[in-house]
Amino acid sequence: MAPPHPPPTPLEHCPTGISGLDEITSGGLPRGRTTLVAGGPGCGKTVLATEFLVRGIQLGEPGVFMAFEETAEELTTNVASLGWDLAGLAADGKLVIDHVKVERERIDQTGDYDLEALFIRIGLAIDEVGAHRVVLDTLEVLFSALDDTARLRAELRRLFAWLKARGVTAIVTAERGEGALTRHGLEEYVADCVISLDHRVAEQLAVRRIQVVKLRGSAHGTNEYPFVIDGSGLSVIPVTSFDLDHAASTEVVSTGVPDLDAMLGGGGWYKGSTTMVSGESGTGKTTFAAAFAEAACRRGERALYLAFEESASQLVRNMASVGLHLDRGVDEGLLRIHASRPTQLGLERHLTTIYQEVEAHHPDVVVVDPITDFTAIGTVVDVKALLMRIVDYLKNRQITTVFTSLLTDRSGEDPSISSLIDNWLQLRNLETHAKRDRGLFIQKARGMSHSNQIREFVLCEDGIRLLDVVPGAAPAAATMQG
Amino acid sequence: MSATEPDRGADSWELRLYVAGETPRSVAALANLRQICEDHLAGKYTIEVIDLLERPQLARGEQIVAIPTLERRLPEPVRKIIGDLSNTERVLIGLDLRPER
Repeated sequence: MAPPHPPPTPLEHCPTGISGLDEITSGGLPRGRTTLVAGGPGCGKTVLATEFLVRGIQLGEPGVFMAFEETAEELTTNVASLGWDLAGLAADGKLVIDHVKVERERIDQTGDYDLEALFIRIGLAIDEVGAHRVVLDTLEVLFSALDDTARLRAELRRLFAWLKARGVTAIVTAERGEGALTRHGLEEYVADCVISLDHRVAEQLAVRRIQVVKLRGSAHGTNEYPFVIDGSGLSVIPVTSFDLDHAASTEVVSTGVPDLDAMLGGGGWYKGSTTMVSGESGTGKTTFAAAFAEAACRRGERALYLAFEESASQLVRNMASVGLHLDRGVDEGLLRIHASRPTQLGLERHLTTIYQEVEAHHPDVVVVDPITDFTAIGTVVDVKALLMRIVDYLKNRQITTVFTSLLTDRSGEDPSISSLIDNWLQLRNLETHAKRDRGLFIQKARGMSHSNQIREFVLCEDGIRLLDVVPGAAPAAATMQG
Repeated sequence: MSATEPDRGADSWELRLYVAGETPRSVAALANLRQICEDHLAGKYTIEVIDLLERPQLARGEQIVAIPTLERRLPEPVRKIIGDLSNTERVLIGLDLRPER
């Protein structure tokens, strides 16, 4: 167990435990320092601050919440839906919530003052639980309650210095100001870390964003990152490798279809690559995706299957009919099938789901079936950027990924997506001699000397089988399977 | 305006002064308070000085943020006045000993 207040070193980071936030802050908030979190009303400041404490407690670091705007009961109730039991944490001696009630109409000023009583309260709370983390939400309430702004500013400056001297890692929240980061310019007191939160609506898509405005001594991303607040708290979707610095593997992994592996030059596609399997409805996209996941499980690898069109049981049943026994992987705990139906407006959330599921399951391979045809959502550049982030994120983790995509237009190629994809497998309905067969070709396979043939394939009881090359002449004598 | 009736005629004034150690400001506040009480409430007041360094729980329990804070506990309603009480006019208004102009 660490001592209550380890001496902070200048560059040490305090992992927040908040999904994605540590990635964009190079490992967390500056330990032993104060971070300012600024944003407009309802943008998630209190949630972020609360989660910082809750995760800290899970990491063995007790916390103090100085609540200037809400009572302990209100705060507890408001975050209960996120699965956080603040009352329980307080009862266990891990958390102190002190509601600081300052009502202007009841405070008359009759001369010089200081905020020593507030310091004493914070100090008392820190000592009660041996707190490592402190939240002040929202200090600016003091500006509306107390006259003599110059005195108040001097006291806040003293407060920040005092927090630093106590060695606690603190979050101070502040309201966004007109044309300024905070209404009362608190950013000028916080030298170490400033985070800005934003909540705006663009093209009917409500998008929350987080930006690390300042982080002393760290190479942090200056981008705005989307985040969501859902049933388990706050999740930032980081751009982990906008600079494309992920290691390229020379290792190949099987596609799950031996004949397709052969078309790719033998072993399959590269580990950590991103593959799009596209085709019209009924061409067998899901079967290819499932074969890939199933093969991974047979190798003893972990697979995550995100099914956005079918339930898990329906998927397992359907794939069993073509000899793909997904249930085995599920039973062994290797395969996780997450089934949900994304709504059009929920695209950002379903991309976040991918992120959360990956964090929870640590898969070697991921299937997203299908990646929603996001061009249908309109000209939402944000959404494409989000997809890019997910691709980069998976790639950076060396996760081999297969997306399926319903292409309605045969020539419909979105260059912005194509550039993200390493391998592109196109499935087609071939109409020959009053009969519809299935065919496939490899549109591209980066870094591989792949076949450029169009091959007919069948879905049979033992999986996907490729037939001999069809030059468009004699239809192969195939046993077609529904 | 306060909705409560000023009670300047109350017989018993119970006042509390919250300080944090013996600082020049708290010493000044206590002296100022004593003077005001002698001038306006002679014979019917008590002053209790609370040092929050010794009793920090009271800072939380009584919702004290600033130092010095004068609390009028009686007559009710409870009122809080912060500062060193050097502005006598404002102290008298704050204590409801003089109507607000």
